[in-house]
Amino acid sequence: MTDQAVAPEVGRRRLRKEDARLITGQTNWTDNIQVAGLLHLAILRSPMAHARITRVDVSPALERPGVLAAFSGADLTEGLGSLPCAWPVTEDIVLPDHPPIAVDEVRYAGDPVAVVVARDRYAAADALEAIEVDYDPLPPVLDLETALAPDAPLVHSDKGTNRCYTWPLATGESFEAVRDRAEVVLKRRYHQQRLIPNAMEPRAVVVTPLAASGEYTVYSATQIPHILRVMLAVVTGVPEHKLRVIAPDVGGGFGSKLQVYGEEALALAVARKLGRPVKWTESRSEGALATHHGRGMIQDVELAATREGRLLGLKVGLLADMGAYLMLVTPGIPILGAFMYPAIYKMDAYEFHCTGVFTTRTPTDAYRGAGRPEATFAIERIMDELAAELGLDPVELRRRNWIRHEEFPYTTIAGLTYDSGNYEAATDKALALFGYDDLRAEQRERNRRGDPVRLGIGVSTYTEMCGLAPSRVLRDLRYAAGGWEAASIRMLPTGKVEVVTGTSPHGQGHETCWSQIAADVLGVPFEDVEVVHGDTRAAPQGMDTYGSRSLAVGGEAVHRAARTVVEKARKVAAHLLEASERDLEFTGGVFSVKGSPEARRTIQEIAFEAFTNHDLPDGVEPTINAEHVVDPENFSYPHGTHLCAVEVDTETGRTRIRSYVCVDDVGRTVNPMIVEGQVHGGLAQGIAQALYEEAVYDDDGNLVTGTLADYLVPSAADLPDFVTDRTETPASSNALGVKGVGEAGTIASTPAVVNAVVDALRPLGVHDVRMPCTPERVWRAVKEASA
Amino acid sequence: MTRISVNVDGTTYEDDVEPRLLLAHYLRDRLGLTGTPIGCDTSNCGACTVDLDGATVKSCSVLAVQTDGCAVTTIQGLAQDGEWTALQRAFHEQHGLQCGYCTPGMIMAARDLLRENPHPGPDEVRQALEGNLCRCTGYQNIVRAVLAASGHQDPEAASASGHQVGEEVSA
Ligand code: FES
Ligand code: FES
Repeated sequence: MTDQAVAPEVGRRRLRKEDARLITGQTNWTDNIQVAGLLHLAILRSPMAHARITRVDVSPALERPGVLAAFSGADLTEGLGSLPCAWPVTEDIVLPDHPPIAVDEVRYAGDPVAVVVARDRYAAADALEAIEVDYDPLPPVLDLETALAPDAPLVHSDKGTNRCYTWPLATGESFEAVRDRAEVVLKRRYHQQRLIPNAMEPRAVVVTPLAASGEYTVYSATQIPHILRVMLAVVTGVPEHKLRVIAPDVGGGFGSKLQVYGEEALALAVARKLGRPVKWTESRSEGALATHHGRGMIQDVELAATREGRLLGLKVGLLADMGAYLMLVTPGIPILGAFMYPAIYKMDAYEFHCTGVFTTRTPTDAYRGAGRPEATFAIERIMDELAAELGLDPVELRRRNWIRHEEFPYTTIAGLTYDSGNYEAATDKALALFGYDDLRAEQRERNRRGDPVRLGIGVSTYTEMCGLAPSRVLRDLRYAAGGWEAASIRMLPTGKVEVVTGTSPHGQGHETCWSQIAADVLGVPFEDVEVVHGDTRAAPQGMDTYGSRSLAVGGEAVHRAARTVVEKARKVAAHLLEASERDLEFTGGVFSVKGSPEARRTIQEIAFEAFTNHDLPDGVEPTINAEHVVDPENFSYPHGTHLCAVEVDTETGRTRIRSYVCVDDVGRTVNPMIVEGQVHGGLAQGIAQALYEEAVYDDDGNLVTGTLADYLVPSAADLPDFVTDRTETPASSNALGVKGVGEAGTIASTPAVVNAVVDALRPLGVHDVRMPCTPERVWRAVKEASA
Repeated sequence: MTRISVNVDGTTYEDDVEPRLLLAHYLRDRLGLTGTPIGCDTSNCGACTVDLDGATVKSCSVLAVQTDGCAVTTIQGLAQDGEWTALQRAFHEQHGLQCGYCTPGMIMAARDLLRENPHPGPDEVRQALEGNLCRCTGYQNIVRAVLAASGHQDPEAASASGHQVGEEVSA
């Protein structure tokens, strides 16, 4: 057998191949692209949350120097369809028309209204100011609850309602029944504030037309070149085979570049109209308005349990802010979360009910964990409330309810089958690293003294659902695409290797990890492997990168393709060595005949033989290349335990993270260095949601945190040094045994931090603090509790 | 239009520029030196950080005309004869980058810190990098990289020792 998943490269701390170009500034960001005759596109955006457009006059812009063209929404409607929503979660979902540029009504501050094309970006930006637009204001729709009232103003008046959909799920016993026999029932409301993704690279798109053939090359700072190609064909009518989409180096995405954006369609439409290459690059403040937001939910959670702390049932009512339009997967985000509220716990009843609500705000969509951080937050917060209610240690309460390691595989009340895991091991390791007992002792001592600076300890145990996704499950959830991933291996005549992957990285280190996987299976040096990605011509098939699917699905495809190469090579080797295939051993890239090690051929020699086709066995085609498309058989379920200690100054409201420890189980690890880095980045976001970040709108629906000066992205000085460690329970749903890591840190850390803040203040009578737990909110919570 | 003469990464350029042209755009769009990325419009992110006559500046908050007669060093001018600087090597070895968008600015800002304080502690590193935002790494490995470049034998232990968030280093 050639399964060498545990051979030297996999599991090794390999320094990244990607770094050389990034560290020397030889990068290929979309905004770097310069081509002859390039024009710059700038977009005029609505300054109002909601208004009727009564007049757009672009002609004054045309008189500005350097301007070649200007268009209103009406000028561009021809040949430009509605932007797609690929996840209509229910049959009767309300699907409003979503023009890439507004024609008669604007529905959020930032909605595009007109465009200008000029010779350079300054001229384009200047000319926007000359465009005249008259608006007739309409009432904004901002509050999720009042938006559902019968007399509420409507975001889409033709739809007659702001309710986008309702999506229920009820499994196990009826929740009403278990509530009746429960000894404790808790009811809480949690707010998931809106977040602005703020990937450091702003979005950008360059479209270059080839008039003679009717072809277009679209460079985009996107996570999804393959999906974008399909969707742009649908939206613009340019035939798919005439579209080539390239995602060059992409500076972070976090879900915000998992999108088909109006600007991409507009750039293509304008390039088509003018027959000239067009570039659009967003500014940071433009991005705050026009790049989709994340979260934005109100969660009503009810938990029923016995006095001993055994969970009986969970009921979740969710209001999810869609924003003004449905983007690619907007309605599906809360549904992903629906399956994760029961988390790692056993219970008898689960009821979930979600209402998607339109508002006159920037559309929401996938962001860092997409539905799962929200779900984990709610269950982990209310578990702490239950522990407090029952006078139990929060870790002990979790122990009493979680799935024990000998119970895997385990089908949860939400219907997911968790393949493997060991919550006990991860938790024990985390508690030891953290020094849990000592910190609790210190906490008691500080509380006894009445120290104005309180110590709080927060725990969160979590699992997530990675490896999106078995296509059949996606069908059942009404998601309009498959969950497979493609890879091919090209053994070049000289023995070097090209790995072609359908995943499209933006910082995750695929070039390194995929090289490690291929090098192991093929027995070739790591340096001899090149990874090709992010170009629909060079890597024609794929489902791209999001939702921690790349390694568990895409890496698995690479692994399998490499194994097929070895099997093809084995046939050739057997022929050349005049041995039977069964008598061949394959190690370190060398086929040798069992018992006579001098009879050997390297895989590189066989690649050359397969290239010349001089002496291949009958029935074997030239080349030993292989391609694989993998559809996962199940999700993968990383898990872990995170512990956070905070010091909260009750006089100033200031929270300081004293220590943060996490032990994550991401299955088998391909590159521990990269895993650790991904966890760190996730922790930064999760902590930022807990303490710093929030998209704030005023009463008129204007975004008031629209720049990095107002929206608090934490800096190095705001974050602690993390202690991260791992346990390894291999996944059984893929041959590599990997589970995915991209969102673990984000998912687990937000509740760990807020639990710690509340734990610090509980002796003062505080039971909740709304996120982000700013000094002002903490200070007010303390004042109100003592009033 | 104003005529400027500026040396960038060892090459002198003579150009006519609009008075309002930002150095960041001059480098990127006019000189094609795209190693210096732009991440914001409020001078908050630090991605565009370069060296201007020995001072570290955000090139999005300097006008090209102000650089007349000056020497500018960007990330692309650091490696000499293909040899990376100690900081570049340390960012690589400590996994101090993921997408790499913030990296040029981080390295330029860290370079400035090490010039003024060759042996900083972890808090000093975090404080010095406060004007440079990263959305991928959580900063820990960036801090380790800077400590490693400054000669700490065990940057992991050094970065973990005694860092107090929100104490003197917070905004
Ligand atoms: S681009 Fe200069 S600080 Fe952000
Ligand atoms: S590495 Fe992506 S922003 Fe820093």
